[in-house]
Order: sequence, then structure tokens, then C-alpha cells
Amino acid sequence: MIWVIISVAADLLFWFWVGPHVPPGTMTSTAKSNQFDFTFLVLMALPVMIGVWVYLGYAIVTWSAKREGVPEPVGGPEARGNRKAQVAWITITSVVVLFLAGFGTVAVINDHGSGGGEGPNPIWNPAGASKAEAAALTSSSSWSPNSNQVLPVQVIAQQWKFTYRYPTFGGFESSELILPAGTTIAFNVTSLDVIHSFWAYQISVKADANPQQNNVAYTDTKGTGNFTVRCSELCGLWHGAMYNYGKVVSQSAFVNWAQTTESANAANTANLPPFAWTYVPDANGAAGGYYIDGNVTPYSPSEIYGAKQPAS
Amino acid sequence: MTISAERPTDVTAAAMVPPTSKVVLPWTQRPGWMSQHLGTAVVLAVLGYALGHWFGNAISSNYAYIANSGQNSIADALGLAVGVLGWLVGIGALNYPLAKIVGKEARHESTVEGWSKYFRYSLDHKVVGLQYVVGVLLFLFTGGLLAMAIRTELLNPTTHVFSPDTYIKIVSEHGTIMMMMATSIIVGPLGNYLVPLMIGARRMAFPRIEAFSFWIFVAGYGVIFSALPYGGFPTGWTGYAPLQTQAGPGMVSYLLGFAVIGMGMMAAGFNIAVTIINCRAPGMTWSRVPIFVWSILATAALLTLATPVLFAGGLFGLLDKTAQTAFYVTEHGGSSYLWQNLFWFFGHPEVYIMALPGFGIVGELLPVFTRKPLFAYKVAAAGMIGVALLSFFVWQHHLFQSGINPDMRPLFMLTTELISIPTGFIFLVGMGTLYKAKIRFEVPMLFCMAVFFNFLIGGVTGVFLSDVPVNVTVHGGFFVLSHFHYTIMGGLLFAFMAGLYYWLPKMTGKMMNRKIGMIHFWTMFVFFNLTFFPMFIIGLLGQPRRVFTYAKNLQGLNDFSSIAAFCLGISFLIFFANLMWSMFISPEKAPPNPWESLGLEWQTASPIPSYNFERIPVILTDPYHYSEVGAPALADFGAGGDDSRAVTTGSDSAQ
Amino acid sequence: MSMRGRLATVLGLFLVAVGLIVWSVASFLNPGVPGGVIDFTHAQPAGQAVNLTAQVVGSIGTGNHPTWVSYLAKDPTTGKWVHDTTWKLPANTVVHMTVYQFDSGSPLRNQEWGQVQGTTGNTATLNGANFSVYNSNTGNGVGHTFAIPSLNLSVPMVGVNGSATLCGVAPCGLKWAHNTETFSFKTPGPGNYNWQCFVPCGLGYLFGNGGGMSTQNYMGGFLEVVS
Repeated sequence: MIWVIISVAADLLFWFWVGPHVPPGTMTSTAKSNQFDFTFLVLMALPVMIGVWVYLGYAIVTWSAKREGVPEPVGGPEARGNRKAQVAWITITSVVVLFLAGFGTVAVINDHGSGGGEGPNPIWNPAGASKAEAAALTSSSSWSPNSNQVLPVQVIAQQWKFTYRYPTFGGFESSELILPAGTTIAFNVTSLDVIHSFWAYQISVKADANPQQNNVAYTDTKGTGNFTVRCSELCGLWHGAMYNYGKVVSQSAFVNWAQTTESANAANTANLPPFAWTYVPDANGAAGGYYIDGNVTPYSPSEIYGAKQPAS
Repeated sequence: MTISAERPTDVTAAAMVPPTSKVVLPWTQRPGWMSQHLGTAVVLAVLGYALGHWFGNAISSNYAYIANSGQNSIADALGLAVGVLGWLVGIGALNYPLAKIVGKEARHESTVEGWSKYFRYSLDHKVVGLQYVVGVLLFLFTGGLLAMAIRTELLNPTTHVFSPDTYIKIVSEHGTIMMMMATSIIVGPLGNYLVPLMIGARRMAFPRIEAFSFWIFVAGYGVIFSALPYGGFPTGWTGYAPLQTQAGPGMVSYLLGFAVIGMGMMAAGFNIAVTIINCRAPGMTWSRVPIFVWSILATAALLTLATPVLFAGGLFGLLDKTAQTAFYVTEHGGSSYLWQNLFWFFGHPEVYIMALPGFGIVGELLPVFTRKPLFAYKVAAAGMIGVALLSFFVWQHHLFQSGINPDMRPLFMLTTELISIPTGFIFLVGMGTLYKAKIRFEVPMLFCMAVFFNFLIGGVTGVFLSDVPVNVTVHGGFFVLSHFHYTIMGGLLFAFMAGLYYWLPKMTGKMMNRKIGMIHFWTMFVFFNLTFFPMFIIGLLGQPRRVFTYAKNLQGLNDFSSIAAFCLGISFLIFFANLMWSMFISPEKAPPNPWESLGLEWQTASPIPSYNFERIPVILTDPYHYSEVGAPALADFGAGGDDSRAVTTGSDSAQ
Repeated sequence: MSMRGRLATVLGLFLVAVGLIVWSVASFLNPGVPGGVIDFTHAQPAGQAVNLTAQVVGSIGTGNHPTWVSYLAKDPTTGKWVHDTTWKLPANTVVHMTVYQFDSGSPLRNQEWGQVQGTTGNTATLNGANFSVYNSNTGNGVGHTFAIPSLNLSVPMVGVNGSATLCGVAPCGLKWAHNTETFSFKTPGPGNYNWQCFVPCGLGYLFGNGGGMSTQNYMGGFLEVVS
């Protein structure tokens, strides 16, 4: 019964004392839901662990050969198995485990994928996401505040920096990640070379960046705040340095920033390839390199950076 | 193949008995320097390397990408491959197959006695087991030194002891060497040594394959170590493409290294599985097989079935690097996802290859030190088979955020959660065995208790990782790093230490010093937990893996972890000191059965003769009849057998 | 052998092994330790702007990897070109950087790096003329960039005509075909800031980011900013 008391105490302690500080925080819907999931798992895990530890501790103390008056153990068939204990153990562990699997599935579905990369064809989309994604490829797409529109943001990972393209603002590219509060964001993550992973910590989004692949992850921002973006898949020399800081600002401030940057970068944006979900870089690199054949046949109906770019 | 119950008379077994008549041995098998041994293996390996490297340069140095980069991966790959071939020729692994292909009689393999047999291609599984102990410790200490280097670099986020490219090479080398070692750390030394003894056989089913698996294991060390002088490889032990295709020649050492070790793994797994299935003594039905043998059987199945996938995947990577194929390069028609899936399809059974033998050891040792039979033996065995089977169905949990088909994620979350059920059985078995026992806290038992403690943390955090939403926070960071260190190091390595302290008295006839052993245990256990527990928190606070710099506010935790890691390194030195002290400097002779175990391997003479048993025993029951009044004898050792070896009950409750 | 003898033997072998390991680790690490640091903090009075001159060449021509691209910098005290990419700078100080670019160019993989960012006024000069965006699809393309990711600084290094004879052995003198670029930026507070090139210029490596791009002291390094 010590176990019951300690477990309940530990659970309550964790829930109230540590709970609010559990990573990754509550800045977005995915963060909040992931924080809750983590807390819930801890609450379930603590009784299990404490149970085993209490039992082991008791065993070590009570049934030690060094202790006075420990009775001789009894062998034979009773000691070899206890049908009730075995059945109980198997049943309880199975129920707990299946429940957790179900819990996780429900959480993932309810939260549009919980901020994890869903690949190019996501199945758990927030309302309006597919419309926004389709529109992003047209040159007339836009986003305005207070319209409940999904904001698509493209994350381009390259060795060794993340850059961001905003298709609803003319497709300009920026090294800064600024997002509007109270909005559903669709991150479309792709890579220009090797595998990276876009991990926006406080936003609780993690999606691997694969070359010529679009990996979509969703989140709903709530209030304003700062967040860190780190690459979480080893991508070479400067993997550890591949991070940047981002901000969630008010919707008006966001539109302000976006429009200012759009006009400031207009000259360069004209030189960028048309906006697409993936890009096929020339694998030969700038100075001719690995594959003998410099003519790369694109496998995606998107534009090519590098040597194939028609001169403007 | 039958194993006679009498003293053996067939050719191979006879070779293990010192020949009484004058047999002219071929020059390769004579005792002394002028024969085949480690020395010739090294010489021929070096010569082979030079030949392969020269040939590679000759055929390829004018390829555009080789001329441009100034680094010739083809020459390096061929050098290593021919070098490994030379190594095998030098140690005598190819003698028998070549002789048979040409049509000659099989020659007598080496019957050399004395210490030099440990440097040769020995067909005695006991010699191979002890050779593996040295091999495994070589890997362990190399990987450990690299770990110390990693923690040194992570002491400060801005002051860098190593440059970033050197740092990721150290990280990659550490991970790869440790994983290669951990695959064979128990199956190699203890599996090879003990399995025939535990099942009452004279030898493994395929002694030459067994010796081959050891010598290619050592060759694998050479190959993976060669990555360092080649300039290292930057991908971590997971080797993700296309970064692996971009990397320099050091990557070739990684890819070939896994191929070479993979061959050894497949050979060992196949050999052990056949041995356990076919060579059990009469009367040893499946319900009488020791739990350690069950775990090794499950492991052997995984070794045999999962490793070919790694071998093939590594080969594709090698072709991509050298022959400019595009298996893993998306824009030439391949896919970066292909390597991830092939690797992890192997990679997940791989970690169960590491976990299962640890469970087996714990299951084997608990009854001895609690003087009670193993609780729920059938559940334990079923659990191991269940884990082995299910391990093939969970690999995509490493790829949750990779952009895989999102439908798959709930499925793999389910299978991963399910696998924790059979994994949990070892706790049921352990707790049941401890119930109302009389526990003797010898060093091996302490290590077993530590396995329970560590694996509980490791296993529970695994459940966290399998939950897709939580996975978003914890994947790719220090949380998952700490999880697998807890399960592999906390589970497997501690179990290995338990097994070593427990079985070395039988394997070498010398006891491991108890006092130093206690110091070793406590320092290792305490500092292991102090090193890795903070890493869960570091990971939750956002530090990714394999980074040379991190957020300033995490420096305190990183420093704490690093200092504890240095102390952990010292505890390994204490272990090494104990090993040297007890085995060489001041050995203490071990009685034939110091732990009063009922296991069949303890019912042999000390030292164990090369033919293991005077007569193949007929097994009458399982080896767990501790504290049982009127328990049957373990086995019938034949008419006139030495009864003093037949222990029938725990000696506490003397009959 | 007596116990003492055995103890001595084991200890002796252990020390030999340790010696071997230390020796091999040290020799392995030597090129890897970021040893070479070029000190720019003492070449001028405190607070005054720092002048940093660097060059980037198509192949360094010497050392372990003669075919690799590399940056070099001029030591302010000796005036000699040094093959080190860790540069010590004073904090909160303006740095006037001059880069001589000796390599040919090509279209950028990510044209974003054709834009000058993070410098004073977000401009740089190319052979004397100011520019803020360079279209790498025209002219000789961009050969390399100089970028400090954590400061959001990036300047494209325009390529020279590829048909001209290029300097193949560093350090290159100004008689070889080159472009001169200058720009200024202000160093932040003390810390270690890595810099790199964003053109995949590693010849012979997939995606061009291997070789010199992935090795310290060639196409990437640190700004060691000290107070």
C-alpha cells in the first residue's frame, strides 16, 4: 500500500509542480497537446516505475541472505509459477499498452498530426489546409489577418541553414521565420541536398527535410513569443550550428513585416525560381562534381535551380 | 548428425584429443612461429590492403570525381576488401574450403595446446569464447575513449576542443564501434562458450564457421578503425543517405565495416541456431532448455534474418559512393528514404539482438542467487520469442517525422507499444523469482539488479518515444540518446558484466576479486545513472543529437553529465584493473562450482576438457530445482560417472 | 613469474598502450584541432574599425588536399597569407572586409544567396561598384559566398570568367584574374560565430558540399569575438 500512496503523491506532485513547465510549452496548439501527452504518459509511467522500485527495494531488504531470520526459500511447482499473477500481469500490461496506443492515435488525429511531418500527402489536415496549399502554387494567392486562412510557409533546408519562403506574399525568401499569432500554419519542409530536420522547439513541430520531397506539418499558433529552430538530423559539418530564432507576432505586425520584406527583396525574388513544393538542384554542385552526366532529368514537375536555370 | 554418448571417435572430435600416434601436421598447423596465427593474418592483411589499394588507384584515379576531389574511395574500398581477404587467408579460414574445392582430403586442423591456441583459428568453442572476450573488450575500450572525447567537447558550448568536423567524426566512430561491439558482446564470448555446455554438446554444429565469425569480427574492428586515418565519416552510426554519398573515403570504412561484421553476425547466428536446435543432449526437451539458451536462440534467429538487409543496404551505399549508382540519390531516380528503411529494418531487430541476451543472463543468474526456481519460465521463453518476432514489425518508429505515409504511424505506434508487453515479461519473471527468496548479493547478482533498475527506465522511456505526439519533442535529441544508452548500456552492458563475473571462474579457473568487483559495480552503477539521467532533461529542453554547440543555459546539465561520464570511465578502468589482477597478477583459484549453481555447464570438470563431457549426459530435468525437497537429479552422467559433480539441490538446504 | 613481476608487466604494457593511444589520438587530431587563429584584435587601437583581407581560391594547390577550394586570410601583423579560418575579432566593432575572389562562378543553387544581407546598408562593392543583388544566372555567376549564418550575413562572391587561366596554387597574387569585393559589418558581443560558404563548391562530392566545404580551415571557420 506504500506503493499506492507514493504513486498518488508522485503523480500529484508531477501534475501540479512540474506539469506547467513540461516541454515544449504552450505556445501553440501542438505544443499544448504534446505537453499534455507527455504529462499524461509520465502520470501513467510513474506508478509503474514506483511499483517496480518499491517491490525491488522491499525484496532487497526483506529477503536478503544477510538478514537475520530469513526463512529458507521453498522450491517446487508453487515457486515456478503462479497462474493468477501471470495472467494478471499479462492482462494489465496489455490493457495499459493498448490504451496508450489508442490514446496516442486519438491525439495524433485530433491535433492534425501533432506537429509531426506527414509527408507530401497529409491525411490529418486542419480545415482549409488543402485549399491553401493548392492556392499557394498560383501567383495570386494571398493571406490576410482575421480570415481564418491557413498560412503556408515553405521551409527550405540546405547545408547549413534554413530559409523560408512565403508563397502568399509573392514567394519571397527570407532567413527569418516570423509567424502570425492565432493562425493555422502549414509548414512545407523540403531540402536542397541531404536530409535535415526542421525542429521548431516551442512551436512543437518536427519534420524531416528530404531532397525532392515535401513534408507537411501543421500547428495553430496562439499568443506571441519567441522560439528556437534547430536542425535535428545530422547533416554534416555545421549541423550543430544550423539553428535560428523565430518569432510569433501579432497578425498586423506580421503582415507589416511580410509586405515590407516582399518589396525590399523584390529584385532578388525575380531571380528565384517560381515557387514550388520541391526543387531539383543540380547534384553536380556549382563547379561540376560527382555525377558524370551534368544533365539532370527532373523527376518532379518543378523548376530546377542551378545550371539548368534559363538565363533571364 | 549424431553425437555419441561415448568418448568421441569421429575425425574432428579426435583432433581435439592430443594425438597419441605421430601424425605429420601440415606446416600451417605446427606449433610455433612458422604456422598460421595472428601474425600471418596481420602480415597478409597488410599485403592484401596494399595490393587492393594499388589496384584501385590503377583503375580509377582518372575518374572525374576522383581527380576533382583528390580522394579515391575505390582504392580505399578495394584496399580494405582485399585486406580482409588477406586476413582470412592468413589466419587459415580458407584452408578447409579451398582444400575441399580442389578435391583434397580435409587436413587436421590445429591441435596446438598452450597459450598460443588463442592466437589461432581454433575449432574449440571454448577457445573462441575467450578470444571473443578479448575482442569485445578491445571494441569497448576504443568506443569508451571516444565517448570520453565527446563529453570533453560538450563541456562548453563555445570553447571547442575539437573542430566541428573532427567532432562529428568522433561521434560517428563512437556510435559505430559501440553498436558493432554490442551486437556480439554476449553472443560472442558467452554464447559461444556456454551454449554447447548448457545443452550438453561437445561442440558447435559448425566449428569452422564459429571460428570464422570471431576472426572476421576482429577484421571488422580493423576496418571500422581505419575510418579514422581515412578522415572519418560524418553521418553518425545511422549513416543516412545522401550525406553518406557526399562523405569522404572514411564512409567506405563504415559501409564495408558493417558488411564485414555482418558476415560474422550471419555466420554466428546461423551456427548457434542450428546448434541449439540440433545438438541438444538426449532428454533435453524444449522445456528443459536453460533460459539463457532460449535468449541466444531468439537472438540467433534475429542475427540470421535481419543482417542480410543491412548487408544489402550497405552494399548499395558502397556502390553509390564508388560506382556512382544512385540508389539513395533522389534526383537520379533513387530515394533518400530507401536507406532509412533498409537500415532500420535491420536496426530495430539489431537492438533486440542486444537486449535479449541480457535478459537471458539475468534469467539464468537470478535462480542461482535467490536459491529459487525461475518464476514463469514458460512466460520468459515465450516473451523472448515474442520480442524476436515483433521486432520485425516496428522499425518505422524511427521514421515517424521523416515524411513517411502518415497512415503508417498509428500502426507502428501500436506495434511498438505491443512489443513492450513481452519485453515486460522479464520483470514479471524477475519479481516472481525474488519473491520470498534468500538473496545472496554477490557481484553478479548486483549487476542483475542494476539491469532491472536501468532497463525499467530505458524501457519506459521507450514507450514515451513510441507515442507519436511526444515523439515530435523527443526524437533526434538527447532524450532518445539517453533512452538507448539506458537500454543498451544499462541493460546489456551491465548484464555482460554480471555474466563475466559469474562465468569467468568456470572459463578460466580463477575467481574475479570480490572487493574490487564491488567497487567496480557501485562506481559503474552510480556514475552511469548520473551521466545519463540528466540527458533526458537536456533532450526535453531542446538539445539535438550530435551537435558541437548548444544553448548556453544547458551548460550546467551538460557539465554535470560530462563529469559523471569521466567518473564512469574511471569505473571501467577499475574493471580492467580487476580483470588484470584476478586473471594475471594475483589469481585466486576458483572452485569448480563457486556459486553452487545447478546449471549443466557447472557440472563439468575444472578445467573443462576440450571434449566437454566424459560422456554426453542424458538430461532428466531443467536446471532450476533450487530449494526443492526431493528434486530429481539434473542429468544422468553415465555409469560410473563422478557423483560429486551431480548437484541435486541448493546446498543451503543440504539433503 | 612472481606476482610483482606480473604486476610490473601488466602496468608496463598498460603504459605502453596508453602512450600509443595518446600518440595516435594526438596525431589524428592535429589537423582537426582548430589551432590556427589569426588575431585581428591588436592590429589597431581599441574601438577602431578592423580591416580584414581574405581571398578565396579554386584550388589550394598545397597540403593534404591540393584540389580543394579554400579561403585564406592575411595576418594583419605579418602581412602574410595564412591558411587558417578562425579569426579573432574584437566585440562590438566595425569590420571592413575585403575579399579577393580568384575562382570562376556558376548559377547559385539557392538564389537567395545572391542578395547581400547583414552588411552595413545591405550593400557590398564589386570591383568598386555598389551592389545589393547579383543575378547568378547572368554573367560569370557566383563563385562562393561569405556568410555568417547566426548574424544573417551573406555576401555573394562573384565569379571570374571561366575561360581565363585561373590561379591554381594559393596564396594567389593580384596579377591573376580576380574580383575584389568589400563590405562592412559590426561584430556582436563576445562569442563564437561560425562562418561558411553557401555555394556547393566541393569538387567531386555529391551536392558539392563535401571535401573543403565539410572540413575546418577550408571553406568554413569561426569568428572568435572577444571583448
